[in-house]
Amino acid sequence: MTLTTTRSANEPGGGADPAVAPPAHGRRRASPARLLDTYGSLIAIGVIAVVLLVWAPSSLSQFRLDNLGKYCALALASMGIGLAWGRGGMLVLGQGVFFGLGAYAMAMHMKLEAAGPGGVPDFMTLYGDGTMPSWWEPFRSAPFTIFAIVALPAVVSFILGYAIVKRRVKGAYFAILTQAMAVAFATLLIATIKQTGGFNGLNTFSTVFGHNLFDPEVKRNLYRVAAGLVVVFLLVLWQLYRSRYGELLVATRDAEERIRFLGYDPANIKLVAFVIAAVMASIGGAVFVPIAGIISPTNVDASASIMLLAGVALGGRASLFGPVLGAIAVGYGRSTLSETFPTQWTYFLGALFIVVIVLLPGGVASLWPKLRSRWPSPTAETPANGDHDVDRSQPAVPA
Amino acid sequence: MTASFLAEDYLEIRDLTVDFDGFKAVDGVDLTLLQGRLHFLIGPNGAGKTTLVDALTGLVRGTGGAKFRDHDLLTMKSHMIVRLGIGRTFQTASVFEQLSVLQNLDIAAGVHRAARRSVFARGRVPERVEQALETIGLADLAHRPAGILAHGQKQWLEVGMLLVQDAKVMFLDETVAGMSSGEREETGELLKRIVGDRTIVVIEHDMDFMRRYADFVTVMHTGRVLAEGTVAEVQADQRVQEVYLGTATEAATHG
Ligand SMILES: Nc1ncnc2c1ncn2[C@@H]1O[C@H](COP(=O)(O)OP(=O)(O)OP(=O)(O)O)[C@@H](O)[C@H]1O
Ligand SMILES: [Mg+2]
Repeated sequence: MTLTTTRSANEPGGGADPAVAPPAHGRRRASPARLLDTYGSLIAIGVIAVVLLVWAPSSLSQFRLDNLGKYCALALASMGIGLAWGRGGMLVLGQGVFFGLGAYAMAMHMKLEAAGPGGVPDFMTLYGDGTMPSWWEPFRSAPFTIFAIVALPAVVSFILGYAIVKRRVKGAYFAILTQAMAVAFATLLIATIKQTGGFNGLNTFSTVFGHNLFDPEVKRNLYRVAAGLVVVFLLVLWQLYRSRYGELLVATRDAEERIRFLGYDPANIKLVAFVIAAVMASIGGAVFVPIAGIISPTNVDASASIMLLAGVALGGRASLFGPVLGAIAVGYGRSTLSETFPTQWTYFLGALFIVVIVLLPGGVASLWPKLRSRWPSPTAETPANGDHDVDRSQPAVPA
Repeated sequence: MTASFLAEDYLEIRDLTVDFDGFKAVDGVDLTLLQGRLHFLIGPNGAGKTTLVDALTGLVRGTGGAKFRDHDLLTMKSHMIVRLGIGRTFQTASVFEQLSVLQNLDIAAGVHRAARRSVFARGRVPERVEQALETIGLADLAHRPAGILAHGQKQWLEVGMLLVQDAKVMFLDETVAGMSSGEREETGELLKRIVGDRTIVVIEHDMDFMRRYADFVTVMHTGRVLAEGTVAEVQADQRVQEVYLGTATEAATHG
C-alpha cells in the first residue's frame, strides 16, 4: 500500500519546529512590526496624497501637471487591473474597453455641451447628414452622464464576466477573450464614424460641466479630481484587500477548486473583482478625457490595454501601490522617452517589461517586503504576489 | 452502534456508478452512512474510494442516487453540497499556504456569513474559529502561515476547516498517511472527540489505525463493496483476506 510520505519531504518548513512558533502570547498583540504592517499602508497613502495633492500642484508647470493628471487617470484603470489580475488571477487584457466606455460617455457629454442646447456635435455634420443618433440624447444631462460612467461598465462587465467566468474560462483563454473584446471595441468605434467620430475620436471640447476648459484654475481642478480619485481608490482597495473578501479573492486565485469545497462559488468571487475593475477603468477614462482633450480608438484598443497591463506588471500586480506607481512611471517614461526617441521608446519599454517579468515577477513593489524581511516581523498577513502557485488541490489520480 | 437509532441525517447511497469512458471506477455501490460513528472506507489502491467521494461531492458525475436530507447529491454543484453540510479533504493537503492558520479557518467559516459582511476586515476572531483552533491544537500557531506547518498539522487544519464549516458529513481522504505514529494517535483521538452526531468517513490504508478507531468498516475492491461490518467481522471475511493478501501483503501484515 502506498503510505504517501513524499509530501512531508518537500514542505517549506520541514516540520513545524516549536522554536519557530511565536510564544503563546503572540496572538494579536500589537508589536511595532505588526502596527507597521497594518498602518504602514495608510501612512504611505498619506504620503502619496501629500505628493499628488499638495506638492505637485504647487511645484509643477501646467503642462507637467496635465501630464501627471493623465497618468493618474490611467492609474485608476491600472488599480482595477491590480485587483482583477494581481489579486484575482484574471489576466484582463481588454481593460481599454471599460476605460473607453467611461471616456466616451464623458466625451459625448462634453461634445453636446460644446454644441449648445439642442445642438448637434460638429463632426456629425462634417461626416454625416447632421442628424444625431437618439442614444446620444440622454448624454446631454450631466447627472445621466455620471450615472452612465459607473453603470455602463458595471452592466457590461457583469454580463461579459458572467458569460466568461461562470463557464470557468480561465488562464490564456480568459486573456484572449478579453483581448478580442478590445479589438472588437476599437474596430466598432472606427467603423461608426458618424456616431462616434471614428478613427479621429471625439475632441475639440470647450467646457466640462459648465467650466471653461481653458481656464488654468479649472485645469488645476481637473488634475485635483484625478489625483484625488487615485487617493480615494487607494483607500478603497486598502480596505478591500484587508477585508474578508480580499482574503477570499487571493485564496480563489491560488486554489480555486479548494474554495469550491469550502462552499463558495469561485465564479461569484471573481465576478465581483472583474466588475469593480471595470468601473474603476471607466472612471479613469472619464477623468482622462477633459484633461487630455481627446479620446480616440487608439486610447482604448488592444495595445492601449496592454500598455496599462505593462505598467501594472512593472509596478507589481498584487501590491496595493505597484499598479499606481507603475502607471505613473510608464506614463512618464513614455512622454519623456518619446520626445527623445520617438520610434525606439516602445522597444525600451518592452525590454524593461521583459527584464522585470524575468528578474522580478512580483514587480518593483515586491522589493519592499524583501527589504522588510531583513527585520524580524510577523508577515503572515500579507498575501504574496500571484506567481507562487499553491496547491491545485485536485485529488491526485493514482497512477 | 448505539447512536444509529437516532440517525436522521444519514446519507444513503444507492447503486452509485462512476463511468470513466467505459471503465467503471465505482460500480453500483450501495452504502448507508449513519450519524455518530467513525466509518472507515478501506480497499487496495484503485479500489474507487476517492472516486466515490468525488462523486458524492460533485467533482465527478455519477449515476444512481445519494440522498441526504431530501437532496440528491448527484444533481448538485460542489459548493451547494458543502453548504448542505457535507465536507471533504483531499488526498494531497490543500490548505492555503500563504494565509495564516487563522485565515484558513476564517475563510472556511465564511460560508455561514452574509456576503455583504465580507467587505469588513476580521475584527475579533469568531467563536467558532476560536473553538476549532483549540480542538485541533493549533491555537499557538494561529498567526503563522499555513505553509510552515508540519504535514500532520496541515491535516489537522483541514479537519478544523471542516469543523468551522459545521460539516455534518466529513470525508477524510487518507488523512493519517505520512503521519508519525504519535500524530496518528492524536488524529484518532481528535476524530473521536469531534464525531458527536456527525458522520465521519475515514479513507485509510493503515490497518492498525483502523482497528483502533473504526466503529464500522466498508471494504471496497474494483469499484464495488466487498464487505461491510465491524472490524472483527471484516477481518474474518475470507474475501477481504484474499484481496489484501493477493494485492497488498504489506497492509494485512502491517502491525
Ligand atoms: N479521472 C479519471 N479518469 C479515468 N480513470 C480514473 C480517473 N480517476 C480515477 N480513475 C481510475 O479509477 C480507479 C479508482 O481510483 P480511485 O482514486 O478512486 O482509487 P482509490 O481507491 O482512491 O485508490 P488509492 O488508495 O490509491 O487512493 C483507478 O483505477 C483510477 O486509475
Ligand atoms: Mg484515493
